[in-house]
Amino acid sequence: MSLFLKYREIMLGLIVLVMVTGISISTPAFGTLENGVGVLNDTAFLFMMALGQMVVILTRGIDLSVAANLALTGMLVGMLNQAFPDLPAIVYLASALVIGCGLGMINGSLIAYLGIPPIVVTLGTLAIFRGMIVVVAGGDQVNASEMSSTFAGFPKLEFLGLSSVFWIAVLVSLAAWFFLSMTRAGRGLYAVGGNPVAARYCGISLTHQELMAYAISGAIAGICGYLWVARYGVAYVEIASGYELTVIAACVIGGVSIGGGIGTVAGTLLGALFTGVIVNALPVMQVSPFWQMAISGVVILAAVIINARAEGRGGKLILPEARRAAARAKA
Amino acid sequence: MREPVTVSNESEAKSAAGAERYRVADHAPRRLADVLLRWESILVMLLIAVIIGNIVKSPYFLDPYNLADATYNFSEKAIIALVMALLILVREIDLSVAAIVALSALVVGFLGAAGYGPFVLIVAGIAIGGLCGAFNGFLVTRSGVPSIVITIGTMSLFRGLAQVSLGDQALTTYPQAFLDLGQTYFIDWPPVPLSFFIFLVLAAVFAVFLHLTATGRRLFAIGANPVAARFSGIRVDRIRFALFTLSGLLSGLGAVLLTARIGTMRPNIALGWELDIITVVILGGVAISGGIGTIGGVVLAVFVLGLTTFGLSLMNVPGIVINVLLGLLLIISIAAPILIRRVVRRH
Repeated sequence: MSLFLKYREIMLGLIVLVMVTGISISTPAFGTLENGVGVLNDTAFLFMMALGQMVVILTRGIDLSVAANLALTGMLVGMLNQAFPDLPAIVYLASALVIGCGLGMINGSLIAYLGIPPIVVTLGTLAIFRGMIVVVAGGDQVNASEMSSTFAGFPKLEFLGLSSVFWIAVLVSLAAWFFLSMTRAGRGLYAVGGNPVAARYCGISLTHQELMAYAISGAIAGICGYLWVARYGVAYVEIASGYELTVIAACVIGGVSIGGGIGTVAGTLLGALFTGVIVNALPVMQVSPFWQMAISGVVILAAVIINARAEGRGGKLILPEARRAAARAKA
Repeated sequence: MREPVTVSNESEAKSAAGAERYRVADHAPRRLADVLLRWESILVMLLIAVIIGNIVKSPYFLDPYNLADATYNFSEKAIIALVMALLILVREIDLSVAAIVALSALVVGFLGAAGYGPFVLIVAGIAIGGLCGAFNGFLVTRSGVPSIVITIGTMSLFRGLAQVSLGDQALTTYPQAFLDLGQTYFIDWPPVPLSFFIFLVLAAVFAVFLHLTATGRRLFAIGANPVAARFSGIRVDRIRFALFTLSGLLSGLGAVLLTARIGTMRPNIALGWELDIITVVILGGVAISGGIGTIGGVVLAVFVLGLTTFGLSLMNVPGIVINVLLGLLLIISIAAPILIRRVVRRH
């Protein structure tokens, strides 16, 4: 267990590896390269969304509106494509980012400037964003046949056998890692989540950090909105319904503490991969897909309870360790 | 002792900005503005506006049978909202309520299909709910993990179990006496459905419990400061456990009333109810950071939301658009007093 306390990500990685090996031995169809590529492509959305959610949870917040943001941005970009079918794909991607970021800023402003609790704000905007899909589209949906080839073709582009959605997830992960570990603003998120009062006294603006966190979460949801709609070839009101809880669950499995200030990019990605492997393994193993929800429930509970023990012990160890380090320094 | 930090209480860390709505004054309100800006007063004004708006817009609104039927749409959620208010008051939250409804309804459905009578169905539904709630309570009090995380997990687990047992099937066989509970009026004139009657009785019981008993006062103490409450000799974990169990019991009751009303059970029954219920509680003025709230506020919010939805559907507004308006109502009703107070303070 002591290894687990120090290297939670390594342990989670090992668990995923053992799981993949076990499933591959019992069901050889799962262990093929082709299926592995499929799992990564399918999980790409969850990788990105979980990272966005992690940034918010680090500040002690929560963003329940991400799935609704994804669906609304997807619909808006789909309608943009209907109006201007000949734009290059990068323009659709950029507009999705801007729209998603804007929706995230709505959350961020209400939370950061008015001080309304995040769960309240995002619960409200969840309903608003979802409903706005019907309002803006007049109840219609955008089908694959109405999408231009540049729009629908982009997420299906492949490089080394992996889809462009996966490669964008890689870029997002690298950017998130760089941002969270190498930049002042990124470290500020940990400071704000770890102890808001102390962070304030260090000159870190809680308002700016929160606004930024929700803007990032929104921007990622927006990018995913375009990619989702283009990849699955339909934009309508029910897209990714309830997905926000899958995203939060992936973060929680990955060791992100809902109390703020604790979480890593690697852990979150592994949490998402864990979920993705289970989702993809069940049909291959010919287990009823209806088991998926119950299994992820058990996994979430096990993960959080183990994580909670790890966090508790880690906290208690700080003083004796510091004392020992001081003693060593003296000797 | 669990860490008193949860997702929801960052408003404490902020400057007084967001916390003002939740401030406990140590004197009675003195100025007219104080009285008018009390949360319940705002809700009463909202409710009057909703009723007047509805009467003006639709001649069918005031029909007693229409109103009685309108209560069907929110009574089951409102019953669960009462206990959710208590949970949020002590800084907890139960996201698994809708999943408990599904699991209880599943057992009720199986027993109905097996030919048991209404009494067995009712008792079993409530008991299964209670078991699920006790499981939540056990995990939350023993693990020290925030209840929002635990109940996201058990939400998946409970609804997952319902899906595993039923797949894409539906259960539709219930004894007629059971269906009559949900499909006829409990009191004939004025027409009152059973679910609404139970809601009114429970609301009275909860109001007396929360505001007039020592245990009720203890809930406020826990919500204001769980650590201080524990050091004052309040059995915090025991009360937490009891509240989660109660939440399960009432979700089971909600499942019984819902299946009796619609006469069918699918695994996606009551999907998304947890968010509707939390919306009611927050609009009812219960502080998400704990320690403040009244049952009266929650009951008022039930009527505001219920009658708004009913009035809009009488005007043929689609359900999803109604959701937009309810989301706006939630955010504006919480943001407006904060903004008004800021302006008032500046002068």
